[in-house]
This record gives sequence, C-alpha cells and structure tokens, in this order.
Amino acid sequence: MGFEIDYLALAPELVVVATILGVLALDLLLPRRAKFLTAIAAVLGVSLAAIPLLIMAVDGTTRSMFEGSFTVDTFALVLKGLFVVSAYLVLLMSVSYIEGERYYQGEYYFLILCSLLGSLVMASARDLIVLFIGLELTTAPLFVLAGWRKGDMKSNEASVKYYILGVLSTALLLYGMSLLYGLTGEVAFVGIRTAVADPALAAEPALGMAVLLMLVGFGFKVAAVPFHFWAPDTYEGAPTPVTAYLSVNSKAAGFVAMLIVMYQAVPGASEVWGPALWVMAAASMIVGNLSALRQTNIVRLLAYSSIAQAGFMLVPFAAAAVAGTDLSEAFSATVIYLVIFAVMNLGAFAVVIAGARKTGTGDIPGWAGLGTYDPRLGVLAAVFFFSLAGIPPLAGWFAKFVMFRSVMIAGSTATVVLAVIAAVNAVIALYYYARVIKAVWLDPVPAIAAGDREAVPSGSLRLALAIAGVLTLVVGVFPAIASVFGEASRVLAAG
Amino acid sequence: MELFSQWGLTLVVFLPILGAVVMAAIPRARETAVKRLGLLVSAVTFLLSVGLLFNFDYGRASEYQFEMNRSWISAINANYHVGLDGISLPLLILSTFFVLLSVIYSWNHWEEPRNPKAFLILMLILATGMNGTFVALDLVLFFIFFELVLLPMYFMIGIWGDKTVRKIPGFARETETRLYAAIKFFLFTLFGSAFMLLGFLAVYFRSDVAGDRTFDIPELIRIASDTPEVFAGRFGWLVFGAMFLGFAVKVPMWPLHTWLPDAHTAAPTVGSVLLAAIMLKLGSYGFIRIALPILPEAAHDWAPAIAVLAVIGIIYGSLACLAQTDMKRLIAFSSVGHMGFVMLGISTLTDVGINASIIGMVAHGLITGLLFFLAGSMSHRYHTREMARLGGNQKLMPILGGIFAFTAFASLGLPGLAGFWGEFMSLLGAYNPAAGLSLTLFRTAMVLGAVGTVLTAGYMLYMLQKVNLGEPKAEWEGHHFHDVDRYELAAWVPLIVLIVAVGIYPRIVFGATTDAVVDLVRGAFPSTVTAALTTVVGG
Repeated sequence: MGFEIDYLALAPELVVVATILGVLALDLLLPRRAKFLTAIAAVLGVSLAAIPLLIMAVDGTTRSMFEGSFTVDTFALVLKGLFVVSAYLVLLMSVSYIEGERYYQGEYYFLILCSLLGSLVMASARDLIVLFIGLELTTAPLFVLAGWRKGDMKSNEASVKYYILGVLSTALLLYGMSLLYGLTGEVAFVGIRTAVADPALAAEPALGMAVLLMLVGFGFKVAAVPFHFWAPDTYEGAPTPVTAYLSVNSKAAGFVAMLIVMYQAVPGASEVWGPALWVMAAASMIVGNLSALRQTNIVRLLAYSSIAQAGFMLVPFAAAAVAGTDLSEAFSATVIYLVIFAVMNLGAFAVVIAGARKTGTGDIPGWAGLGTYDPRLGVLAAVFFFSLAGIPPLAGWFAKFVMFRSVMIAGSTATVVLAVIAAVNAVIALYYYARVIKAVWLDPVPAIAAGDREAVPSGSLRLALAIAGVLTLVVGVFPAIASVFGEASRVLAAG
Repeated sequence: MELFSQWGLTLVVFLPILGAVVMAAIPRARETAVKRLGLLVSAVTFLLSVGLLFNFDYGRASEYQFEMNRSWISAINANYHVGLDGISLPLLILSTFFVLLSVIYSWNHWEEPRNPKAFLILMLILATGMNGTFVALDLVLFFIFFELVLLPMYFMIGIWGDKTVRKIPGFARETETRLYAAIKFFLFTLFGSAFMLLGFLAVYFRSDVAGDRTFDIPELIRIASDTPEVFAGRFGWLVFGAMFLGFAVKVPMWPLHTWLPDAHTAAPTVGSVLLAAIMLKLGSYGFIRIALPILPEAAHDWAPAIAVLAVIGIIYGSLACLAQTDMKRLIAFSSVGHMGFVMLGISTLTDVGINASIIGMVAHGLITGLLFFLAGSMSHRYHTREMARLGGNQKLMPILGGIFAFTAFASLGLPGLAGFWGEFMSLLGAYNPAAGLSLTLFRTAMVLGAVGTVLTAGYMLYMLQKVNLGEPKAEWEGHHFHDVDRYELAAWVPLIVLIVAVGIYPRIVFGATTDAVVDLVRGAFPSTVTAALTTVVGG
C-alpha cells in the first residue's frame, strides 16, 4: 500500500481545490462589474468534479490510500455524488441572489467550495482524523456564510448562534474522539472496531461516555432534537441559498459522519448509541413537527421541517441498533432518504427564493394566490412540499417507504413503536406542508402586491428548479433509480 | 389483439394521466381545445375499458386476465403487476364510465373560479389513480394508486369547493367550508394509509417463508392458503388492524367517517360525484382484494367488529340524514348508511355477502353518483341547497324533478332498481354468516340492518317531499328555471338506464363477480361456500 497516490481517486477533490484557487485568483483580478464570472467558474468547477466521479462509478473498484484512511468505495462515491449535485444546485440558486446583494461575490463562492471540499473528503474518511478534518472543513465556512448579510441583525444573530453552538459541538465531538483514541490506541475505524470487540473494553464506562459525546457532537451537526436550538434562528437569518446548503449538504455531512463512525468504528457499543438514537429520532420527529405547525415564516417552517426530517432519517439506524438486526438495511434506507431529501428540499428552497421575490415576503399568508398569478411556480411548490410530506407519486414517498421498510424489518416492539410514532408524524407533517400549498393555491390573491408579481426568476434559478422538479417526479415514479444508491451504500455495511 | 390483451389494461390506467400531461401544454385560454381533449381522452379510455369487457373471458372470471407483470423496483421486489378479474372488472368500468360522464357534465357547468384546464387535468390524474387501484396486483403499486387520488381531490375541494364562510367547532375564526373540508379529507386518508402501509410491509417481511419476500397480491394469497400459519395469530390480527385503518377511513366506516359529510358537501359537483361513485369503493375493494384473502384468520377475528361498526354506520347514517337541512349533506350521510350495507356484506365472509357488497358498490356508485349530479344541478339553479327553501321542484322543473324522484327511489332500495340487490343480499348473507361467526350477532345485525332500510326509505322520502313536492316557495316567484340541458341529459340518461338494467338483470354484475367471489371465499374461508348464491341469482 504505502503512500502511492491514486490521482483518479483524488480527482474530485483536486478539481474542487483547483476551482477554489481559480475563484480566488479571479476575484482578485476581475473588476467589480465582472465579478459574476466567479460564479460561472464555480459552477463549471463543480460540474467538472462530477466527471471523475462518473468514471470511478463506471469502473467500480474500491480505491484505498494512506493506509486505508482515505477510501473511495461505492458508498463514498454515492455520497460524493450527492454532495456535488446538491452543491451544484445551491450554486445555481445563489447566482442571482448573491448578485443582488452586490458584495463579496468571490468570497461567497470560495467559502461554499471549501465547504464542499470538506464534505468530499469526509465521505472517504476511514479514520477519526480525516473524518474530523473533513467535517470541520464542511462546517467552518458556513459560520461566515450564515452572517453574509452584514447589515441585517438577524443574519448576524444567525452567524453567532451557529458559531457558538458549532464550536461547542466540535469540542464535544473532539473530546469523544480523544477518549476513544485513549481507550483503543487507534484512530483508524478498523482498528477501533477490533479493539472495541474485546469484551473487557466494551464493558468500560468511558467507552459509553466517548460514544455519547460523539453522538452529541453529531447531533448538533444534523440539528436533531435536543441539539437543534440553533437551527431555526440560523436558517431564518442566513441568506436563503446558504440555508438550503445548511439544511442539505451540512446536514448530510453530519449524518454520514455519524453513520460511518457508529457503524464502522463502534458497532460494538450499539447498546449505548442505539437507544440514544431511538430517543433522538422520536424526539426530533415530534418536536420538529409540532414546532413547525406553529410557524408562519416559510423558512422557519422549512427549518423545523428539516429537524423533523432528520428524525425520520435517524429512524432506520435507531431501529436496527435497538433490535440488533443487520445494519446494512438501515444504511441503504438512510442513504436513499438523504438523496431524495436533498433533491426535494433544495427544490423547496429554490421555490422559496423565487417566491420571496414575487410575493415580497417570507410569511406564509403573504404567499396567498401565488398559484393564480404564477401557475408554474405554484405547481413546483406543490410538487416539492407534497414530496416532503411523502405523498405519492412524488419522490418523497419512496424515502418514507424505505424508512418504514427498514423499521419493519427489525420487527421488535421498540421498533414498531417507533414506526407508529413515525406514521403519526408523517400525518402531522402533511398539515403544515399543506398550509403552504393552501396559501399558494386555495387563498385569494391579495389586492395589494407586496412584491414584483411579474418578476421572472433568473435563468440559473429556473435551471435549478427544473432539475429538482424533474428528479422529484422521475424518482417518484421510478424509485429504482434511487434504490441503486441505497444498494451501492451497502458496501460500507458489508466491510 | 395480442397487443391489446397485454397493453390494454396499462393503457386504460395511464392514458388519462398522459392526457393530463398533454393538456398542461395547451394554453389556458384555449378552453374549447382543452375540453375536447378531455372528452377525447376520457372517451377513449372508456372505450378501451369496454373493449376489455368484451374480451374478458367470463368462463375464467376468477383468474387474472390481461395480466402484465414487469419488474419495477427490483431492490424490494415490487413489480408493476396489473390484472383484471371478475371482482375488479365492474369497478374498473364504473370508474372509466364516471370519468367520461363527469367530463360531459362539466362541459358547461364550471364552478368558480372556472379554469377548466386545471380542473380537467386534476380529473384525469384522479382517473389514473382510481383505475390503477382497481387493477393493481402488487401492494406497493396499489398503495401508490390509492394515494394518487389524494392530491387531485384535495385541490378540487380546496379550489372549486364551497365558499360559504361558517363557524367550525374547534376553530377560533370563521373558515371557508372548502378549506376545512379539503385538509380534513387529506389528513384522515393519509392517517389511515400510513398504517395501511405498515401493514403491507409487515406482510411483506413475513412472506419470505416461501422464498423471496414479495408484495405480489396473488402470490401472498397463495402463501396464505398454502401455509395459513404464516399470517395467523397475533401478527395477523395486528396487521389486519393496520390495514383496517387504511381501508375503513376510505369507505368510510363509523366512527372514521367524519371527513365524508364535510368533503362531499364542500366538493364541487363533479368532485362529489367521483368521491361518492368511485373513491369510496377503493376502501371496500381493498378489503375484498387484499385484507380478506391474505389474512383470512384475522378477518374471521375482526368480522364481528366490522359487522357491528357497519350496522352502527347504517343506523347512524340514516338517523343523521333525518337531521340534515342541507340536501348535499343528506346525500353524503346516506353514503355512510349505504356503505354500511357494503361492509356488512363483507363482514359475513360468505360468497353471498361479498357478492352483495360488490353489487352494492356498483349500485351505490350509479345511484349516489347520479344523486350528486342532481343536487349539483339544483344548487346551480337555486343557488342554495337548503331544503327548507326548496320545494315544488317538480312543478318548476318537471324533468329534473322526475329524475330526482326516480333516483331517490332507487337509493332507498326499491326492488327492480339497482339499489335493491346490495341491501337485500347483504342482509341475506348476514342471516347465514361464515362458520364460526356468532349467529346471534349477525342475525341481530340483520334485523338492525332491515330497520336501517326502513329508515333509508324514511329519509329519502323526506328529502323528496321537501325538495320535489308541494308548491314552490314564494321567493322563487318570477324566476325562470331552465329544465335539464342536453349535457346533463347526456350524463344522466346512461346512469338511469344502468340503474334499471342492473335492477332487473343483476347478472350484468354477478355474471362477472360470482365465480371470482366463490373462488376467493373457497380459498380463504373453505368451510363457508354456500349453495345460497346460485339459488338467489340463478346461476
């Protein structure tokens, strides 16, 4: 093995690094009115990064480097694909939004790309150090991005809250990791797993402590209850494309990190993290949904909804761990859920960006009649919000379906209870998603226009809407497409 | 012909939604083009389904015909498996037929805020959902079609529904009826179907005793009859309960029915018609197609409870009708009663009872569908549905009044019209339920059901008297009411003909269903096939 470098395996990361440098250089050299070129460079760079991913996906071999610390298997490829595509969509959504703000365009794209780089690295991480670096590189640029609208107090609040809680979670995560290292003397997941398999160590209380601390750290990243308090304020205050990125990419990164560590490193301690995840899943669904019911701001509604969705995503893992069944089913279900959630949630945020200009507000009652004066956007809103609610034949149904499936496969009493909680919550969730659609389609157009009803979304935003819309419909009708990702991700569970 | 027998069924299911996609591309202003396309698509779909009807081999009615089985989601072994047997055939025809009639009726009846394009698109999506549910032979596919009807109906009620502002208990502010009814319908159904899905998954995971796990309905039925112990016991009882929630909300059975009066009353005319005529049947069809044959033992355990709830539904629905002042609401509650008879028939677990429930479904579809058309046309003319303000309709509009009287008589179960068979035979079935079911309970149910038929006659005559008879109220003096127009006649006359035809010659339905039902009962409840059926329907 040694330190031979497989450049193809590193190619996506290298392309992104090159793009980051390119964007920085362009930003220095270009005059102010030509700064929009940085956006084009960023979009191009991210598109290019997809090419080596496709090549490796066709090739299909597992590539491993640095003594196994950095591994590109099908699981990593699926997630890298997810990160690249969702970053691409976020960039498309950002272009006109950031241009409208008229400052620091270059830096904006620089930071987003850095965060993307972090999540790409993280997906391949197979030891604690690489994982930590990847995860932090994903999060740190977002502290700055959340406060992007400098003149806006809410944006500042968003940034500060996210920063303080983010740092706290990082500290806890690191503490947990150091304990784990202290106990096992290993940083590589394989080594830790072997060490934890030793019954003497498994009985060690410090191991439980380490696992729980890491779980808390990850809980912050994915905004699971009770570690969700930062999310609504940060989501509301941050610029909307950044919120979209936070709720999809950074959440997915947190999830993936959690799953890899729990499954690859400490499966032996599943009697510690299983019940903890069970509680987090149930609490996230219930608290997220009940809080979302009371929101009147559409971004805050999406914030609470994504907390609830995080709960749904935790369900398969919690169920499998509690019931002690094969975790590969849970892996597959969670990855499918992540992929579908990313598409439909980004779509919903794109609708919010386009709709906010037309209606001139983020308040749901202010969206009344949007479907009447812009039927296309109205239809897209219905597609994404009902997809989030899991109504067939939109993609969301399959996410919910695989979630329920993996719970029922476990089949113990605790998991059936969790399934019932999830089923009831799916119904509650419909109510608040439908409230948005009620405003859009069922309520009359207000006499006074607060926004520019004739506004046409920019070309890139329209492209983002189209991509997300088509994917939501196609995956809904042919879920086999999404289940391919689920199957591919089983490789991690197998090894 | 080979091609038709393979793809015919798929065409019937997907042609409407294809039509909807094409329609979306037509500009909204070109109303005539939109309407013509809607008519064309629904007519072709209907004709294709009639083609299936004529190519159907009645000698093999218990087998699935025009079958197609393709891999769909291979990872979970869910397939695109559709087929038609004697049970689903009448319901599929009913569905395609009603969509066509609804398009014809809509031709010049658009409720505010008009927009025929959007309305027809929703109607065509709805058609795909309904047709698909009746032919799906895979649980996942069934689930998708079952849920596909939710979105269009939500929008139909929510956008074109009743705009009366009223105080709704539990709400701080006065709300428009349509908003309340639309979300209530959606939430109730989703609640049921979430549990139904859990039930489907549970069955799926148990099905691996005989090889691969499967969602295939015929395969699951085979497993259930070959190795009854697999789906038996507490497991079966719980799973049946989960499916029961899903289907019973849709039927709806008391006490899960409360969404129905609101939804039916608030929906636009065509929405009410399709809800009553087709969508309620998705639930009872689910019981017959899925719950009974896959979980026979649990069905046996649940049957008394279903019978009790059904009888409560019959009595409660009828009494509630007598308390209504709103004509549409009265018809809506009458559905609770009529579907009670359908469920009573199913709960007997006999061939007589299940056959009764299927003809009951068809009859209820024809009759109540027509009643909602009539109620819609009347409120279109009077701008009210308050029966206290109506009266003397027979004098103002003789033809409309005549059709209304005819339909009311059909609905109260007059022998010789379609409504009679379902009620009569389900009571007959309850006299002699499947072996092992409490005779006392079912015979009591039969007596109470018979009382229900009297009550049905009571409220139907009450409505008829209020609306049709007497002198027109003073407020209508000087108003000119135009009697039925040709679009209305085109939509209603076929229904009248069918109501009479099924009433006089029930073999139109039984001819298709009997063999399939007997086969189902023989497989699931072997001890209970009776000779009664043949003596009743003569073959």
